[in-house]
Amino acid sequence: MINFDNVTKVYPNQERAALENVDLTVNKGEFVFLVGPSGSGKSTFLRLILKEERPSDGRIHVAGKDLARLTNWKVPHLRRRIGCVFQDFRLLPNKNVYQNVAFALEVIGKPRRFIRRVVPEVIDLVGLEGKHERMPDELSGGEQQRVAMARAFVNRPMILLADEPTGNIDPATSIGIMKVLDRINRTGTTVVMATHDAAIVDSMRKRVIELEYGKVVRDQVRGVYGQAY
Amino acid sequence: MRSNFVFQEIWVGLRRNLTMTIALIVVVAISLSLLGTGLLFVKQVDRSRTLWQSQAEVSVYLCTADSPNSSCHGAATPAQQSQLQQTLSSMPQVQQVTYLSQPEAYALFKQDFANDPSYVSTVTESDMPPSFEVKLRNPSADYNIVASAVTGAPGVDSVIDEMTILSKFYRLLDAARNAVVIVALILIVAAVLLVANTIRLSAFNRRRETGIMRLVGASNFYIQLPFLLEGVIAGLLGWALAAGLLVGVKSLLLNNLQQYFSYNVGLSVTDLVEVIVLAMLVGVLLCGVTSFLTLRRYLRV
Repeated sequence: MINFDNVTKVYPNQERAALENVDLTVNKGEFVFLVGPSGSGKSTFLRLILKEERPSDGRIHVAGKDLARLTNWKVPHLRRRIGCVFQDFRLLPNKNVYQNVAFALEVIGKPRRFIRRVVPEVIDLVGLEGKHERMPDELSGGEQQRVAMARAFVNRPMILLADEPTGNIDPATSIGIMKVLDRINRTGTTVVMATHDAAIVDSMRKRVIELEYGKVVRDQVRGVYGQAY
Repeated sequence: MRSNFVFQEIWVGLRRNLTMTIALIVVVAISLSLLGTGLLFVKQVDRSRTLWQSQAEVSVYLCTADSPNSSCHGAATPAQQSQLQQTLSSMPQVQQVTYLSQPEAYALFKQDFANDPSYVSTVTESDMPPSFEVKLRNPSADYNIVASAVTGAPGVDSVIDEMTILSKFYRLLDAARNAVVIVALILIVAAVLLVANTIRLSAFNRRRETGIMRLVGASNFYIQLPFLLEGVIAGLLGWALAAGLLVGVKSLLLNNLQQYFSYNVGLSVTDLVEVIVLAMLVGVLLCGVTSFLTLRRYLRV
């Protein structure tokens, strides 16, 4: 599903590589934690998958496509198969829950009948039944993140990228978020989650890839956050 | 394509930076109406130029008894007069030669200055030189040939061709037209910069939306269309104002000008429509292309 073939990324005007000779494969339906201190290259890894950045060296394949050979106008089609969730939710403050989720389908030109059918299903899936009309500022952090996950998942992507989704949420609420991510993973969606949250990584017992200074220092099938912690 | 979604986005965009939108509309309106005025002016000048040129005559004034001109030796003799008449009418460029005698010239003079009797009373019939009024087949091309053929001939005091006088007048009109067009062009540059700035602001205002659109895989076309149409709609509103102003310019200014001419130099409705359509093309292209280029810089994949 995601294949990095000896990928190096050096940002312009920077000496140190953000990612160095990263060589790994994430299979379809896998759940992967990406751990490591700030600046270790987790976000760069995610941005490379979305083709928001281009690698300085090496090849990346996502969903069977060689990103280097993907023309600019086909990039949107790649992104339709990838859902994204962020630490800061990135909801539209002037739209309610339903509209925020529907927005993701409206802007890729889905018919209205389809939107009316699919959006409530996904809102229920993330556990926000009966809150369609709420505005983002009327929701708790955990609920806002659920809306963001509904939006990321509503188009049934093959891959879900989550960049510290529990970073702004208290531990008790985080468990609920992880349950939703797990539920999404069980539908066959590949999930890649970058995180600092040791407790979550330890409790889930999923594959863990640890980055340090842009290098993969650990890749464990059923790992924990780290020996040092 | 969800058209109502696009229009909703445009409406939000136009409303959010209302002040910039208004400034944009006004500048587009003024630059387009100046450009249109310039074009109407060009048409007006061309129209009257052809009219006047076709009527322009060469006047050959004959010597009178007290002409101050050194080439005159007393009044032109009847022999000289008939010689001149023959020279002129034998020229292929000449259509018609009319002799204007002293009494006739004096009668015309009195008629022209009828409301200035004191001026008329100081001039006597003998002061008026007799002349040949030469009508040309193709005045704009031939007036030099005819004028030089008789200049300095015996019995000729002076040759005045109306084309020389007209061309001075038209040089003035052309300069005025050029000034209008140059001001219009400067304003168009200002309009381009304003469009670019408005679109940039609009893109910045909605960076959250466009960011999400990019993320969920909206095509560039879908992301950019609302901004593009925003520019074009502002351009169209500006053009509508300009069209109103141009109709005003035509009916007030140019039609008033008509009353100073004895023959019809007025512009037709077709001319006006032509100029207004041209202004629309300029306006829409200007706003559309500028928006497009701005978006390529500020809304990258």
